Amino acid sequence: MGKWTRRGVLSAGVVGGTGLVIGIAVRPGNPTETAGHLVTGKGENLLHIYLKIDDQNRATAILPHSEMGQGAQTALTQMLAEELDADWDLMRFEEAPADGAYANMALGRGYLFAGVNFPDAVVPTVDGLVLKLADALGMQITGGSMSIRSTGQYFIRAAGAAVREMLVNAASKAWGVPQDEIRTANSRLYHDTSGRSAPYSEFAAAAARVTPSSTPKLKKAGQFTVMGQSKPRHDIPSKVDGTAMFAMDVKRPGMVYAAIRRTPVAGGTLLRLDDSKARAMSGVIDVIKIDALKASGMLGAYSAGDSVAVVADSYWRAEKALAVLELEWSTKGKEQVSSASIFEQFDRDITAGVNRLVDVASGDADAAFDSATTLLTADYRVPYLAHTCMEPPNATAEVTADRAEIWIGCQNPLGFRQHLAANLGLDLEQVTLHNYFMGGGFGRKSNADYALQTAIIARRVGRPVQMVYSRAEDIKQDFYRPAVQSRFKAGLDADGKLIAWQNTYVDKHEPAEAPLIPYAVPTQDIGHVASPTHVPFGAWRSVDHSQHGFFTESFIDEAAHAAGRDPYEFRAEMLKDKPRLLAVLNRVAQEANWGRPMEEGRGRGISLQESFGSIVGQVVEVTVSGGKTWVDRVVAVIDAGYAVSPDGMKAQIESGIIYGLSAAMYGEITIEQGAVAQSSFADYDAIRMHDAPVMETHIINSGAAMGGAGEPGTPGVAPALANAIFDATGKRVRTLPVIKADLRSDAEASPSVAAVGA
Amino acid sequence: MTTFTLNGEVRTVNTDPETPALWVIREQLDLTGTKFGCGMAQCGACTIHVNGRAQRSCITPVSSLEGASVTTIEGLKGADGTLHALQQAWIDQQVPQCGYCQSGQLMSAAALLAENPSPSDSDIDNAMRGNVCRCGMYGRIRSAIKQVADASFYDAMEGNQNG
Ligand code: FES
Ligand code: FES
Repeated sequence: MGKWTRRGVLSAGVVGGTGLVIGIAVRPGNPTETAGHLVTGKGENLLHIYLKIDDQNRATAILPHSEMGQGAQTALTQMLAEELDADWDLMRFEEAPADGAYANMALGRGYLFAGVNFPDAVVPTVDGLVLKLADALGMQITGGSMSIRSTGQYFIRAAGAAVREMLVNAASKAWGVPQDEIRTANSRLYHDTSGRSAPYSEFAAAAARVTPSSTPKLKKAGQFTVMGQSKPRHDIPSKVDGTAMFAMDVKRPGMVYAAIRRTPVAGGTLLRLDDSKARAMSGVIDVIKIDALKASGMLGAYSAGDSVAVVADSYWRAEKALAVLELEWSTKGKEQVSSASIFEQFDRDITAGVNRLVDVASGDADAAFDSATTLLTADYRVPYLAHTCMEPPNATAEVTADRAEIWIGCQNPLGFRQHLAANLGLDLEQVTLHNYFMGGGFGRKSNADYALQTAIIARRVGRPVQMVYSRAEDIKQDFYRPAVQSRFKAGLDADGKLIAWQNTYVDKHEPAEAPLIPYAVPTQDIGHVASPTHVPFGAWRSVDHSQHGFFTESFIDEAAHAAGRDPYEFRAEMLKDKPRLLAVLNRVAQEANWGRPMEEGRGRGISLQESFGSIVGQVVEVTVSGGKTWVDRVVAVIDAGYAVSPDGMKAQIESGIIYGLSAAMYGEITIEQGAVAQSSFADYDAIRMHDAPVMETHIINSGAAMGGAGEPGTPGVAPALANAIFDATGKRVRTLPVIKADLRSDAEASPSVAAVGA
Repeated sequence: MTTFTLNGEVRTVNTDPETPALWVIREQLDLTGTKFGCGMAQCGACTIHVNGRAQRSCITPVSSLEGASVTTIEGLKGADGTLHALQQAWIDQQVPQCGYCQSGQLMSAAALLAENPSPSDSDIDNAMRGNVCRCGMYGRIRSAIKQVADASFYDAMEGNQNG
């Protein structure tokens, strides 16, 4: 499988580069000419690619991110309203169309980067690949916790500020007064000395023709009145009465339904298909074979094997007929591959260390280990994980010879549209994509396989088709969080100081910094070896942090215990030159009453993790009894620089924690005879109401550069949990999920002996 | 042919008798608030009320609804359109993330409170454990249920005082 880059351009520094994104400009008239028809209706003026104002003085944010529940759209609207000095009650938002105009060069350079020269190194990329530009701008991809910290911080706020200046400029001309005598508030312009005032709408058309400053002035944190407030999310009322539209709620005239099954062994081919029984069943319209699909690059490289779909007049009938198909698949020579053989391979490859690539090398590792008085080694393992979005992958499509239209919930509307066009042999303009609320995304819905399958089926049956994955198909045909093994060695000196840290793990993806540790350990040697498997992998909430957070924050805990030190103090001492991290660690220890004695059978564990620009500290409290673990409480502290919507941020962190906890406690996809063995919530369960911990989240507004919130809650919970279990039982969980670990005490493990003893 | 009352209206459907009510409600009766999450009674996304009791519509054969009174999320509001107290609490507590599980969560919670207006934490656990929320909003769901339970407790007290 090829190198998978979710944010290749970003890591090359396009957005991250200093001084690059300094001005947002709108060329006179241009947005209305090129994009206006896409997003404006009667009485509406498009003043900026991200903003229109109507004749009722309502301002609408046009947002290039999909809503999968993270509340990003409301927070982005807050950022726009803040800089625009808009009346919050007059603010609306809608999702930008998945249209070329929303990510083409004219828009990208003309509006977003007007007057800014790209560094030479970036130009070929930008000119060559529109999609990459869109990605670099965070324009349409929702993932990487990018919405607020990139789109919002760099573009949306600047858009609001620029438009405010354009309105002031237009009013100053009309009123014949200097711009600096005009103030703005609540979506109105005021000239106090003459007593004049007008709503923004009055000058919207004139302002749309103004050439804006390429460096609009942004507010400072102390001036915020809309940002920093917990505004009720706009999408919530529709999500309590059944009216919210998810892709699966779409119904087209004459629509039929498809159920689908792909080869159980990834990459396999269909050897034999007998559909005679299925075709004889009532309501069955067609049985369709779909050849292996492939994608690369920005969609997350994937290759998937053949699949078969049954089309019927109801989904139930389609599923029933699918169940009676006689299918024979090739196993691609993978019938011997199992989770056990995969971990044996990892173990071998780590030991062999062939072509080991180094992330960090500081000091002389051999010398440091020689001088150490205590040596510590451990191997950690995590299994494959599925996403199990609550809404299984599905789409509705209508495809003719020269047109394709698709209704879907996805994390990358423009990328999906490109992918469909390329694979259906159509021009981009011939493909229309309507994006809906996603019933969960978590990274799964950035892979376009389900969109393309649907479009192929629709083309073949020549009528609108809704294709829905069964839960089993969802679990068996995912792009999994990879299984990973990581080998550690640590050296402590006579004073119990950690002097050397060595780590070799298999397979590196993103983000590059995930395996690094923040602690001041003088000698470090962190590296990785390749150990590819045939199991498809993809982005899973927090990506590589989800495994390395568990590994490194567990092993540092082992080192603390080996040194006979308190795990919190041990960490704190090595963070003296990292004040932001230290502040989070101290705060979470304090909020969780770290050090307060606990009853027998209970334990407390701590973790600290920086990811996606945010720092999260967690303390988990557990009770372990009869070998079973109960997570009683999770206390979290996040420093994401600044919380645009504190309540929304808390919800995101707690959501991320439960997602990570589900995986840590129960999550395990196993491979048997080359195929995924799990198929339902019965064998791939999640945290539920009765085992959800009490949670509290505290926010630090440090004023540092903004970080994400959708993912950073996830990585730290597994290590804090494992550390708490160690505190409670003295047993170290080095392989997830926890449910597989034998945590019974000796007495519990041999009750008869205990009984005799008693 | 199966005839039942759906959100107060008499409806008759003609389909394979073993078809799960979920698909009949969504595809034939065009009420899409009831969600498909697993089809195996393992996630609760499809929860409806049948004669006032919470039931997983994905394993409820439509034929079993003959003569029954069925309520879906669309029928949880009052006849005058006012939100059910739980729906308002869901907004107050900003419960939904993606929202996909929430119809089912609300229907399970509403059935619980109809039977037991002041549930304990373990009552809530038992009534709600069949409803998965992959966005992990259990804490907020619990708070919202308690908000309504406490209010009805308070109303009952006030009622007693007034009476
Ligand atoms: S869809 Fe019925 S319980 Fe999951
Ligand atoms: S809100 Fe997304 S699954 Fe519950």
